[in-house]
Amino acid sequence: MPPFKAGLLKRKNVSQESKNSDAEDKNTTSGDEDEELVKGFLDEGDDAADSEHEEDGHSDGERDASHCCLLALEVLFEEHDSTLGDDEHENETSEPESSDLTDSEEGEETDEDEGDSSQDEEHVSSDSGAETGLRPTTSSGEETAGEKDDKKQNKQVTKKKNKQVIKKKNKQVTKMKQEKKRNNKTNSIEVMSATIQEDRLTAPVQQKDEYESGDTSDEEDRTNTVGDIPMWWYNEYPHIGYTLDGQRIIKPPQRDQIDEFLKKCSDPEFWRTVKDPQTGQDVVLAPSDLRLLERLRASRLPSDTHDEYEPWVEWFSREVLATPLRAFPDHKRSFLPSRSEQLAVSKLVHALKMGWTKTRKEMAAEKRKKKERAFYDLWSSSATPATGGARVLPAPKRALPGHAESYNPPAEYLLDDKEMKEWDALAETPWKRKYTFLPQKHSCLRDVEAFPRFVRERFLRCLDLYLAPRALKMRLTINAEDLVPKLPSPRDLQPFPTAEVLQFRGHTDVVRSCDFDPSGQYVVSGSEDGTLRVWESSTGRCVRTVSLGAPVTRVSWSPSSSLCLVSAAAGPRALLLNVQAGAGAHRAARATDRLLAEAPPQHDTRSESPASIHASPPSRVSHPPRSLPPVDERTSSCVEWEEVDATQWALGVRISIKHFKPLTHLSWHARGDYLAATLSEGASRSVVVHQLSRRRSQLPFRRACGLVQAAVFHPRRPLLLVATQRAVRIYDLVKQELSRKLRPGAQWLSSLAVHPGGDHLLLGSYDRKLVWFDLELSARPYRTLRVHGGAVRAVAFHPRYPLFASGGDDPYLVVCHGTVYNDLLTNPLLVPLKQLPAGEAAGALRVLDLRWHPHQPWLLAAGADSTLRLYS
Amino acid sequence: MVSKRKKKYSTGEGAQFMTRKAALKKLQLSLKDFRRICILKGIYPREPRNRKRAQKGAGGIKTLYHTKDIKFLLHEPIIWKLRELKVFQQKIRKARAMREYGKMRKYFSDYPEINIDHIVKERYPTFVDALRDLDDCLTLCFLFSTFPSLKRVPRDQSLLCRRLTVEFMHAIIAAKALRKVFVSVKGYYYQAEIEGQTITWIVPHHFSFKPQNKDEVDFKIMSTFVEFYIMVLGFVNFKLFHSLNLVYPPKLTAGLNSDAEKDLVDEKAYVAERVAAMNMSIARVAGSNEAEELPDIDVFNTEDNDPEKMEEAKKEAEKIKVLKTMFKGLKFFINREVPREPLVFIIRCFGGEVSWDRDHFVGATFDESDESIAYQIVDRPSMDKQYLSRYYVQPQWVFDSVNARTLLPINKYLMGAVLPPHLSPFIDKTKDQVYMPPEQRALNDPNFKPLDDEPSDEEIEEASDEEKEEQSEQEDGEEALARQYKQEMEQDSPSEDDDDDDQDPDKKKAAKEKKKAMAVTTGVPVKEHPYKKEIEDKQAFRLREKLVPKKHRNLYKSMKAGQEKRKKEIWLLRKKRRLHDEKVSEEKKAVKRKQKMQALEA
Repeated sequence: MPPFKAGLLKRKNVSQESKNSDAEDKNTTSGDEDEELVKGFLDEGDDAADSEHEEDGHSDGERDASHCCLLALEVLFEEHDSTLGDDEHENETSEPESSDLTDSEEGEETDEDEGDSSQDEEHVSSDSGAETGLRPTTSSGEETAGEKDDKKQNKQVTKKKNKQVIKKKNKQVTKMKQEKKRNNKTNSIEVMSATIQEDRLTAPVQQKDEYESGDTSDEEDRTNTVGDIPMWWYNEYPHIGYTLDGQRIIKPPQRDQIDEFLKKCSDPEFWRTVKDPQTGQDVVLAPSDLRLLERLRASRLPSDTHDEYEPWVEWFSREVLATPLRAFPDHKRSFLPSRSEQLAVSKLVHALKMGWTKTRKEMAAEKRKKKERAFYDLWSSSATPATGGARVLPAPKRALPGHAESYNPPAEYLLDDKEMKEWDALAETPWKRKYTFLPQKHSCLRDVEAFPRFVRERFLRCLDLYLAPRALKMRLTINAEDLVPKLPSPRDLQPFPTAEVLQFRGHTDVVRSCDFDPSGQYVVSGSEDGTLRVWESSTGRCVRTVSLGAPVTRVSWSPSSSLCLVSAAAGPRALLLNVQAGAGAHRAARATDRLLAEAPPQHDTRSESPASIHASPPSRVSHPPRSLPPVDERTSSCVEWEEVDATQWALGVRISIKHFKPLTHLSWHARGDYLAATLSEGASRSVVVHQLSRRRSQLPFRRACGLVQAAVFHPRRPLLLVATQRAVRIYDLVKQELSRKLRPGAQWLSSLAVHPGGDHLLLGSYDRKLVWFDLELSARPYRTLRVHGGAVRAVAFHPRYPLFASGGDDPYLVVCHGTVYNDLLTNPLLVPLKQLPAGEAAGALRVLDLRWHPHQPWLLAAGADSTLRLYS
Repeated sequence: MVSKRKKKYSTGEGAQFMTRKAALKKLQLSLKDFRRICILKGIYPREPRNRKRAQKGAGGIKTLYHTKDIKFLLHEPIIWKLRELKVFQQKIRKARAMREYGKMRKYFSDYPEINIDHIVKERYPTFVDALRDLDDCLTLCFLFSTFPSLKRVPRDQSLLCRRLTVEFMHAIIAAKALRKVFVSVKGYYYQAEIEGQTITWIVPHHFSFKPQNKDEVDFKIMSTFVEFYIMVLGFVNFKLFHSLNLVYPPKLTAGLNSDAEKDLVDEKAYVAERVAAMNMSIARVAGSNEAEELPDIDVFNTEDNDPEKMEEAKKEAEKIKVLKTMFKGLKFFINREVPREPLVFIIRCFGGEVSWDRDHFVGATFDESDESIAYQIVDRPSMDKQYLSRYYVQPQWVFDSVNARTLLPINKYLMGAVLPPHLSPFIDKTKDQVYMPPEQRALNDPNFKPLDDEPSDEEIEEASDEEKEEQSEQEDGEEALARQYKQEMEQDSPSEDDDDDDQDPDKKKAAKEKKKAMAVTTGVPVKEHPYKKEIEDKQAFRLREKLVPKKHRNLYKSMKAGQEKRKKEIWLLRKKRRLHDEKVSEEKKAVKRKQKMQALEA
């Protein structure tokens, strides 16, 4: 037996027992208190509750459940009544009636009750309702006997009660009571059925027509037959609605006001009598109704018996109950294996066997397997994969971390306040920061938290890998020092001047120029203050001062050692002075004086007609020693050989040549007979060549070729080198033509020096360059040295040592080594040796002229701070 | 006859490059698919030599791909797969729109997988090639192994990453290939050497995943990278395991303890957990001997037969040999608060035995109460119950010891001690112009004595006795003075000696002159003052610098600027260190003074 069925049975027994006990209680208590009983009936009438249970004050859940079922039953009965009522009654006529019944009405009622109960029995047996305790057959014989006695008594009591009540109440109330009673009976169907059985056994069957006294039930049961309509429609008529047979249903007798009043006076129940508008009958409200109204008016639940907070009982749980809630046997098919299911299962089994379908487990495993990657020895097979594409450039690896990234870095890597400020200032542009992370010191490993930018960094790396363009880039693995040319150490290239040893003070303005005499014993200097001074080179003593009246721009000692002659450029005049200095120079001075005292013969000095120059138009150069052109108009207009008066003679001036423009440069020919003068703004006449022996001048160029900075004779060959602003032109004096033009690539040349060997040229420029030309090599500079920080104003070669020096506006003179090799294959070796401090600056100027001692590695610099400095 | 004029950009650089747009058109792919295939195939844009020409005269900066690369992609079978996928996605979309969810589910279950094995082989023709490019792969896989399930990152991807990284670590342990470790603020850096290739990877600290801004990180791209990297790492692991005679996928040697674990619900999970614990050695291929140690064949570069280099290489090999068995026979116990995985990995790499608390993680082999434990790694200031038989050290000791390649003295790393700085092992010591903190110099050169050592000595003495301490302090002070004086003397000596030399002969000379005025004396070579000489050399060099040819001048300048910058940085670091040291010593002195005062008062 299934468990729930067992439970049902159990439950049934329990309910039976409880019923028995209920009946007994009733016997003891209900004997005298009929009134109460009636009340009780009235009270519970509306509730349709089990009266027996009510009386005993039983209010357990079981009762509630039965209550519900009864309600359902009642509804059913009402339905049945309308249709099957007659048949049932006919059936029930054969049933025995109790002998105690005297009143036909009562008997009828009981009959009805019995009929109902039996009907109930039938109903319940076939119905699916969950009725409790429906099978008296299961109880034992003794129990049933006891029950029968109880029921008898019970019945008698109720009948008594009924009689009394009928007397008192009108039909309506009686009817209600009957209904209640029926309900009661249905509740205690068991009891009734037992009684009936008993009656069957004991009482003889009395055949009685139940309709004998007329069908009063209809009258009693005055119901509304017109439906829910406004009742005033029937106000005019004596009836309300019709019966099934089409008979009018007559209204109950209407009362006028007097009747009303009389009723009010006489009837104590008047206060609780209301008129039913549906039927027009008076209805006396039962106490229960009143109570109900009261409760409704107080807006409480209509029923006071309903407990809102009663404990929840899980009726339909999986627990096996002693009394099952439903206790009919399962259908047979529930015990039989289903054929269709069997077919479906066999189909599935077959499919599984055949492998057409898979179990869920298998499917899950398969899915997992599918997802699982199978790895194998990929590189075992020698099959070469498809190759193609451009050359692979592997991505550069990330830089490895330094100490700063440590979780516990050395103290020096932590940012101090200043660095922290800088760090915060770059919050908007974090890529400019020194680190991608903030160096932090953690005292222990457990303090270290995850790096918040880690994912972002990896993402950027991914972006780099597939988005950043790649290219092969050659990386230099050289040191910076390797780029500096390897040169011999200056220490191996001595001697060269290393320090300043003497300062020649005396001038009061910028010293423009200076020169050593050929022996190196004396120094001559010319200054802006208009004086020319002669100094003793070894001591710095000023031997002589000659005032020339105009700023001296250029002085130079005549290269011929037999003469004691100094050329000086003072304003537009070129003066040749015999400075008569020192003991050793006396003889030379005297010789010079003798030589220059008398003027050369006239025919020598006279210039020939300029026709010869005109005759050779392609050459713009005339060679002074060879051809002796007459002094033409052009020359004479710009040069004038002046007579030297006595005062000037006393000063030492021996020859004075006046030019039409101020002089900027003056240089001697190596033999000392010729003098090349450069005039400023002279245009085509800016270079003039003077010959001392014949006292005549020449203008070698017919056309201007730029701003001439300096004109210098070549020391060995008959060449004239003219430095203009951008280029150096070398004129061959023999062939009277331009032999070369050198382009140093400088913006503005300032000075020019020719190597004593004659094959090399050094140029200084205002744009800080020092350009070395190898004349044998090419017309391009051999080397451009940028050793100066300012304009270069003076350059000089040492006549003996392989040294050259340059100076200008920057605070240092630079002494360089410049070895020139005789073989044509070796290039000159240029080594900067030493920077020498150049004295104070006056305005922008600092060094204006540089001269080397003829024998010693001594350097003389004419400074703008009105001193001469000797370095050795 | 006039020959047909050549079209511009049909040869040379103009034909060599392709813009991305052109490539998309050529391949008939969407940008999304193109990106994916570029990532998988390792195709990247190139920087042309002449951009103008490469862009066929177009202005601006465009992403240029090599035409050869794109043509290579054209023959890639995956492209067809991608197109199929596109169709599939359309189907799924349609099914969803039509609310045919069953169909949709079916499509999802049948979703085609892309097999990229051949790409791995193609990109890395040899095993060594794959190893060379493993850095990014490992770092990304380690990162992904910590990821939760994300919208763009499938869960099984991160799980697979976890599995593969654990396997890789096992391979490193078995091969004893780890060389350097470094704890940085970003994570743990490991450097291993496999088949001559140096592989460096980063493992993030715990809880590295944080929800990222959509603009900052695109997980889809990273996931595509991981898709490829997983395959690479899987194959590398397989190869590594086989070369080490290990069973792949890894299994435990000891086997399951048959009595306890007989009724395992999920044996796989059980083994995976034990393997992930990395505490037990994993199973070898049957027949291979575990103790099999390959005889060390000293293979050095024969190309340059520089004996010095050979010697150096030999020394290095010797050191590495020592390093490999550094922790052999030592038992370590890891406390709960110490990050377990990195330490277990490191200790196991160098032959140590590790365990941890049973409740902390699965796979613990011995308990804390084991008396044979040599070191207990703790990261807390103190402990209630301590065993006398073992050292309690902080985790940094392990890292520093590995980098130093010896077991460092533990006194600086004891529990609760203030740790010395943790230095990066990746600094190239051969480079010049590198700042070395005093600690590192001390490590390199045992004779080097940083200034910090004195106070540390004092500290040790402090513990013993106060009077003694005072005495020793005085002694120390005296000693220090003496040492300083000596040093000063030594420093000054060259110049002073010069002077002496100069002076002494002078005096002698004077005396001699007094004796015999006209005698011929031997000449004394003039000694140059070193300082002056240096200045002169510097000046000469500065002059010579100006002769750097114009071609290299900018390069030279920038190099010089870099040098200057580095120099300044070094100077700054040194200064900061000096200030810091001074401050620390001042503080110490102040504390000591206070203590003394207190002692006097008492």
